[in-house]
Amino acid sequence: MKIKVNGKEEVFQQATLTVADLLKISRVQQPDMVSVQLNGEFVNRAAYPTTRVNDADEIDFLYFMGGGGIHGLHNS
Amino acid sequence: MKITRGVLSQIIAHARKEAPLEACGYLAREDGIVHRHYALTNMDHSAEHFSFDPQEQFAALKDARASGYELCAVYHSHPASPARPSAEDIKLAYDPTISYVIISLAGGKEDVQSYKIVNAVVEHEKIEIMD
Repeated sequence: MKIKVNGKEEVFQQATLTVADLLKISRVQQPDMVSVQLNGEFVNRAAYPTTRVNDADEIDFLYFMGGGGIHGLHNS
Repeated sequence: MKITRGVLSQIIAHARKEAPLEACGYLAREDGIVHRHYALTNMDHSAEHFSFDPQEQFAALKDARASGYELCAVYHSHPASPARPSAEDIKLAYDPTISYVIISLAGGKEDVQSYKIVNAVVEHEKIEIMD
């Protein structure tokens, strides 16, 4: 099946895929730290292992972005 | 990282506007040069921390994509500390594919630096300003 992953169409041989499967295939090491939209709708993080991704679907994922400025500066 | 002088000025202006709170956003490139920034809301509304609003993140992603741009970096400001990643910056740098740009306003002086952070290893990268 063909799925658009982060804007790029990709072909998968698997008959069924979940959001969690796709994140693993996409080498996301910390799936708990990404937000996912499937066909423009947010997917609840707890539902990644059970949410099916179907042929012609569009899935986007973005990492959590955050940080802090003051404590523990890195000396590089 | 190659960035236009205009975008560099805009993100510094964003940092100044938000100070003493931290400012944050995305940088987007085309043909290897950052031509656009997306100023996002600091959900923490803090002088010491920032986090993105996921709704705004996806809106930026889709706008950039529709315009032929690629999100290539995250920027945030350090209103009162140097342009080096903090321990928290490093801990929360989950995306190994992008650059992390820090704008310091410490001491009233502007300093902008860029880094790659992969598995908590910080690598400084040169910023080339394009006119």
